[in-house]
Amino acid sequence: MEVYHSVVLDEEKCKGCTHCIRRCPTEAIRVKGGKARIDEERCIDCGECIRTCPNHAKYAQTDPLEAIQRFRYRVALPAPAFYAQFKFTIPLGKVLNGLLRLGFHEVFEVARGAEILSAEIARFLGKKDLILPVISSACPAVVRLVEVKFPSLLDNLLPLDSPLGVAAKIARLRALERGYHPEEVGVFFVTPCPAKVTEVHQSGEGLGRIDGAISMASVYTRLMNELHLVEDRPELQIAGFRGIGWARSGGEQESLGEGEYMAVDGIHNVISVFEKIEMGELRGVVYCEAQACVGGCVGGVLAVQNPFIAKVNVNHLLKKYSVFRPWSEEEMEAWRKAGVFVRERAYEAKEVLKLDRNFQRAMEKYQQIEKLLELLPGLDCGACGSPTCRALAEDVVQGKAEEVDCPFLLRDNMLELAREIYALASRVPQTMAGKRREDIGSQDSRSRGTP
Amino acid sequence: MTDEKPLIEIERRITGGDFQSAGDVSSELKRILQQIGFPAAFSRRVVIAAYEAEMNVVIHAFRGIFRAWIFPRHIHIEVDDEGPGIPDLELAFQEGYSTAPPHIREMGFGAGYGLSNMKKCSDRLEIDTRVGEGTKVVMDFFLKDS
Repeated sequence: MEVYHSVVLDEEKCKGCTHCIRRCPTEAIRVKGGKARIDEERCIDCGECIRTCPNHAKYAQTDPLEAIQRFRYRVALPAPAFYAQFKFTIPLGKVLNGLLRLGFHEVFEVARGAEILSAEIARFLGKKDLILPVISSACPAVVRLVEVKFPSLLDNLLPLDSPLGVAAKIARLRALERGYHPEEVGVFFVTPCPAKVTEVHQSGEGLGRIDGAISMASVYTRLMNELHLVEDRPELQIAGFRGIGWARSGGEQESLGEGEYMAVDGIHNVISVFEKIEMGELRGVVYCEAQACVGGCVGGVLAVQNPFIAKVNVNHLLKKYSVFRPWSEEEMEAWRKAGVFVRERAYEAKEVLKLDRNFQRAMEKYQQIEKLLELLPGLDCGACGSPTCRALAEDVVQGKAEEVDCPFLLRDNMLELAREIYALASRVPQTMAGKRREDIGSQDSRSRGTP
Repeated sequence: MTDEKPLIEIERRITGGDFQSAGDVSSELKRILQQIGFPAAFSRRVVIAAYEAEMNVVIHAFRGIFRAWIFPRHIHIEVDDEGPGIPDLELAFQEGYSTAPPHIREMGFGAGYGLSNMKKCSDRLEIDTRVGEGTKVVMDFFLKDS
């Protein structure tokens, strides 16, 4: 199966160090032949390796701004986190107008999509017999984490589209209403992270199609140079605090109002909470907002602003735009009918953690791994190119690595070999036995003494 | 238990009051079931029950031993502890009934769902308890064709 990934490696820059392999939450990276290799089945595009690489050898593939020129009518979908990149004193009407100046014809705020979606989430949470907690589907890295590592939680995932998907569909519907042909309309996301780029690439061919993802950092840089030339057009900005708040962790639950909700951010924290959910420990929690990046979307690797400063900006924006502009019930009904909230791609277990398709073989492999683990030092040093000793043992059993990739095992083997050589070297040929023993000894010490 | 030879056996010690390591054994069991390829729903109920049994030792007992036998279509778990025992087993099975002391409940543990959860998740549950001596929990899980 072909898997698209936004996170890719720059071979030139990779020094083969082990920072990324040890940080990857799904153990998707190995160092082979001096270069990091990403296992596409396991990668969830969270961007941890981009964040951690000291040589900046990992990066997120995005579309250039020029890609929008293919289309006659171009719509920009700025992420809520995009607003937080600018100092809060800059009016959002100016930022959005700036996007028009860069070549877009229309702006549809993903924050608006988030507001509309949150009403639908609230409706969904009112249903009976839900599998609790319902896990937010807004962060694509978290969705993929569940598919790869927590298949038993697939039914907990919110079966609704993300704010981006909702925004894209409503934006496209509007463009079509204006009389444009579907092929003429280009919908582009201004993205804070690689996971969203992957989501964009997986978007369908119909109403939900998103034509590209442009890095938030690159748009920010282009905009910064021109912002002083742009006038403030407050009418472009519709979303209020309920949508803008989604820029950072906690925003989803705030948009839902009162309830038993929780928010967890940072992929490793998400993993520890999901483990608790799997063990049935999160009783009473109805909705779990989970984001791969620390701080939420403002912590995305394509953000320019420090996530904590960005959060300050968000807090100011929430006060400044403390409005809520409702939509009509007819509009909502029309969106539902058009499938605006429907997720086009069904959640599926990736089952990459299975050792073998065949049950019996998997059991045997497991036993082999346990045996091998007894020989390995248990330091999880990563020098073999696998993130942990257990991962190396798994790789060996799967035929992807060798025991002696472990420098400690290699050293042990060499020591053994050296002992054998020594033992062999100490043996005197039968013909010389008892005759030249001393000679050999003295010659030996003489030769050692010569510089 | 079946006559069949188990393919994997694990035996782990659990220390009462050790909340730092609480859940480690169940996590390990979860990883094994996942790697071998048991269906997700089946693994989930095994792990929930195993976790409750493990936590019961951590919360109530002095120490215990957790043993699991993994067969191709069957999992057998025994958790044996030295501890206070359960004075009224019938009452302990009621949801929300707990003998956990307040400081444990404040930590969010001991909500009183342990035994009822184990019963719900397992296909067979047997509890042998002696007040002042300890408790032995035996659970079986059978993989049904679906």
